[in-house]
This record gives sequence, structure tokens and C-alpha cells, in this order.
Amino acid sequence: MSDVSVAYPNGHMALRDASFRLDSGTICALVGVNGSGKSTLFKSIMGFVKPRSGQVRINGMPVREVLKQHLVAYVPQAEEVDWQFPVSVWDVTMMGRYGAMNFLRIPRAVDKAKVEESLRRVSMWEFKDRQIGELSGGQKKRVFLARALAQGGRVILLDEPFTGVDVKTEEAIISLLRELRASGAIILVSTHNLGSVPEFCDQVVLINRTVLAYGRTSEVFTEQNLAATFGGVLRQFQFEHSTVQDHDGRAIRVLTDDERPLVFGKDGHLEYKDRDEHGELLKQRAETHE
Amino acid sequence: MSSFFEPLEFAFMRDALLVGGLVAAMCAVLSCFLILRGWSLMGDAISHAVLPGIVIAYIIGWPLAVGAFIAGLFCAVSTGFIQHNSRLKEDTVMGVVFTGLFAFGLVLFSRTPSEMHLDHILVGNILGISKSQFVQTLWMGAGVLAVTLVLRRDLLLICFDPGQARVLAMPARVLNYLLLSLLSLAIVVSLQTVGIILVIAMLVTPGSIAHLWTDRFDRMIGIAVVAAVLSTLAGIFVSYHIDGSPGACIVLVQALVFLASLLFAPKHGIFKRSAAEADGHLPSSQESGVSGH
Repeated sequence: MSDVSVAYPNGHMALRDASFRLDSGTICALVGVNGSGKSTLFKSIMGFVKPRSGQVRINGMPVREVLKQHLVAYVPQAEEVDWQFPVSVWDVTMMGRYGAMNFLRIPRAVDKAKVEESLRRVSMWEFKDRQIGELSGGQKKRVFLARALAQGGRVILLDEPFTGVDVKTEEAIISLLRELRASGAIILVSTHNLGSVPEFCDQVVLINRTVLAYGRTSEVFTEQNLAATFGGVLRQFQFEHSTVQDHDGRAIRVLTDDERPLVFGKDGHLEYKDRDEHGELLKQRAETHE
Repeated sequence: MSSFFEPLEFAFMRDALLVGGLVAAMCAVLSCFLILRGWSLMGDAISHAVLPGIVIAYIIGWPLAVGAFIAGLFCAVSTGFIQHNSRLKEDTVMGVVFTGLFAFGLVLFSRTPSEMHLDHILVGNILGISKSQFVQTLWMGAGVLAVTLVLRRDLLLICFDPGQARVLAMPARVLNYLLLSLLSLAIVVSLQTVGIILVIAMLVTPGSIAHLWTDRFDRMIGIAVVAAVLSTLAGIFVSYHIDGSPGACIVLVQALVFLASLLFAPKHGIFKRSAAEADGHLPSSQESGVSGH
């Protein structure tokens, strides 16, 4: 994506000169406050909005071409879906195959096999006949992920995939995303769950009406960059220097908007590398407070 | 019982039953999309907005159906345009646009000398259908029904998840306008049967009935068609026996079927839901079935 600017008909400039680049086999978090242009950025990758200037290219091709090859798949936010709709888990997953079918959209054996494989991969096969609204939040997410798998998308966009999802499902989704990454897919996840970003995302794009920073999570996900991205929206806890040193001797600031607070060291970089280490750190912190 | 079927002896009643049945089936299929898309008010708006189109077509000597179709589409498109270019919400814009167009139609009608009866346009005149209207209604109705059924999966996708349609490079905008055009055409076809005022019932009630009965889309279409066709036939018979307006009788029977479904439908009827709640059998939101990969 290079120098992309998007303006809406009412004149609102949603995105200005946004640029970033992702390699294949990447899980990347798209992080920003509400109204920062996350949805607009997604929409420009999905071809819903036409940039006023700049261009989006995937595999060197313009978006239109990529969409024709059905290479972009997306998992919508829970609020965007009418869960009362009379469609089953099977029906929704089959919608990922529409691009490969003829205009009557009659599933062939290969479509059915692909849908079954995808549903089994997200452990939702036994729910295939359930109406979509009868599922829990995490199950719904997995069904839409199965749709993206059935489609065979190489660029997968997930809009807030962890909202309303329990920890177990979050872990299941993350492990599936890792499998997809291993197969060379580009996965772009917009999320509010800052705490879990460093746990599974290789790269981060920080956005506030433009791309403020992007690159490897360990380099970009710094206290300073996040402060610039969120501009005081996040809660910050400053610990007494001596207190912290007494207890773990490392972390001095906590930045959070969820139940898994980010922990930064004195140099403004994250204090952990993966989910386990983060969990351990939070546990220590909780014990300290008791 | 034989006296109940007495109307079948008359050719005009047989025509009315045939046309009514086809119009009911066509509207029923479309109604499933309409209620899922949240376009009930749009149907109401278009049905009122066709009036000026009919009168203008009459004045310039075009087929009334063409004028009605253009006016219906104009209502839908101008609503979308005004909404995009103002701060007003869709239902507000629609309320202003369709009443404005309807009023324009009434004024034109009152200033145009003709042999048309306003009440035939407003509440239909299924028993007085002419041979050419009969043929036209059958052809157009069958056409709308066929296109809707053939493209039902695409139309369902743009109602359920337009984003998915677009990432698959399906012509989402074209499909959207196609659904609007089918809706406008269906209204035009139905005018003779139930008229401008009541056509919205044919375009909303069958789908609502079916939505209470099932969670499968194809079954929903089937149930809607059966409910609509049977209500229409029953309504026409009832109107013969009580000498009431056929359009109104059809809509009334449909409303009664809706009421019965609302109370007793096996899947989502009020009694079934309260029984399920009492037993604790409502769909649980418990997470289950998570296993590794």
C-alpha cells in the first residue's frame, strides 16, 4: 500500500498518505483507536472504497485483479452480521466457494469437500447443520474463518476477531492463523486487544488517520509509538521506581485497554516475547499486588 | 361444501385464482429477501411511488407497467442519493420521498380526465382483469419469479454479507439494483391483484410467516410460497362469499395466518419459545467443541 488517501463523499478524509508493505507468511496487527481509519484501510484492501490517490497492490496486482482471483478473504465483525438469518454453518462456509462456482452457485463435489475440510479444521464440522445464530461468539468466529479457508484466500482480513471470544477459542484461532502463516498467507488482524498483539503478530501497523509506524512487532510496538497512536486514550499506570525494583526489577510502566496489560521495560520496549512469558509476568504482578 | 367452490364455475373467478396464485408466489419469494434485507419500508415506499408513473404513462400513451416501473426505481434511487448527500437517515428520506411522489400522483390523477378508477389502482381489481392484462401479468410474474429463484443464492449473499460478495468480485451493486428492480416489477405486476396500498402485505407477510417456521432459507421460500398462495386462494373465495374487496380479503387471510404462526409456529412461535425458556432449552451460548488443530 503506497501513499493511499481516502476521502468520503461528505469530505471527511479518513486516511491520508498511508503506506506499508507486508511480506507473505506474516501475521500483522492493525492497531488504532476507533475512527483512526482501520475500517477504511480494510475497505481499501477489499476494494470497497477507491483511494483518492496512491495505490494498493497485492502480489504486484491491483486490488480489482486480486479480487477476481478470490485471493482476499475476510472475517467480519460480529456486529456486522444479522445472526437471525436463516442460514446454517454449512451455508455460510459454502459462501466462501461462490467465486469458484458457476452463476447458479450449485455446489460441486470439490466445493463440498473443501467446505467439510475447512469446518473440520476449525472443529465446527459437528455443528454444520446449526443455524448460525445458535452458536457462541467463538464458534461464530470459527465458522467465518472456515469460510475464509474454504475460499482459499491468500490475504485474510480479520476485523476484531477476539471480541466476545473466550481464551480457549482465542488460542485455537491463533494457532490456526499460525498454520495459515506457515502456508504463506498474509493475515491482517485489526484488534483492540493490545495485550495479545505481541503474542502472535510478527508485524504491526499503527494507524491514526495515516500509518504512524509499521514493521516488526518488537521494534514498532513501543511505549512511545503506542502513546502517539492512542494519544492518551489508554490507561497508564506508572509504578514507583523503587517499588518495581523491589519486586521484579524490570517493568516500569503498564499500558492497557484490556485485561492483558502491556508491560514495558525502562527502554520503552516490551518486556516479553510470547504468550507464556507475558502470562507469567502478569501472574507475578498479580501476586505482587496481593 | 360444493357451494363454497361455486365461484369456480365462473371464468373470471378462475382467472382471478390463477393470477392471484402466481402473484402470491412471486411476492412470497421476494418477501423472503425483503424482510431479511430490512427493506419492508422500501417496498411500501416504492408501491406508493408508482402512482405518478402510472398516470404519466397513461397521459403519454405508454404501457402503464413501464411508467410504474420507472417511477418505482426513481423512488429507490433518489432515496439512496438524498441519503448519501445529506445528514438524514434512510427511513426519514424514504418517508418524505414516497409520500411526495404519491401526492404528486394523486394531483396528476385528479387533473387528468380518464376512465381509470382510483380505487382500482389503490386496492386492485382482480375480478375485472382484462385478457391482455391477464396475459401480461402471467408473463411478467413468471419472469420475476424465475429470475429471483435462479439468482436466489447471490441475492441471499448480498442480503446476508454484502462484503463477502464484493471480495469475491461479484457485482454487488448490480445485484442490489437487480433486487430493487425485481421489487419494482413485482409491485407493478401485483397492482391489478391487490393495488398500491395493500401490495406491501404480499411483499412482507409471507416471508415473515416463513421466518417464524424455519431456520433454512430454501425451506423459508417454500413455506412463504405455500402460505401466500393458499391465503390468496382462500381470500378470493371468502371475498366472493361475503362480497368483500378481494385484495383486502387476501391480505386479511394472510394476516390471520401470520398471527397463528406468531403464536404457534413450531420453531419461533411465542408459545414454543416460552415453553423452551421454561424448560431451559433455548439455544445455549455455551462454548463447546473446542479442540486442538
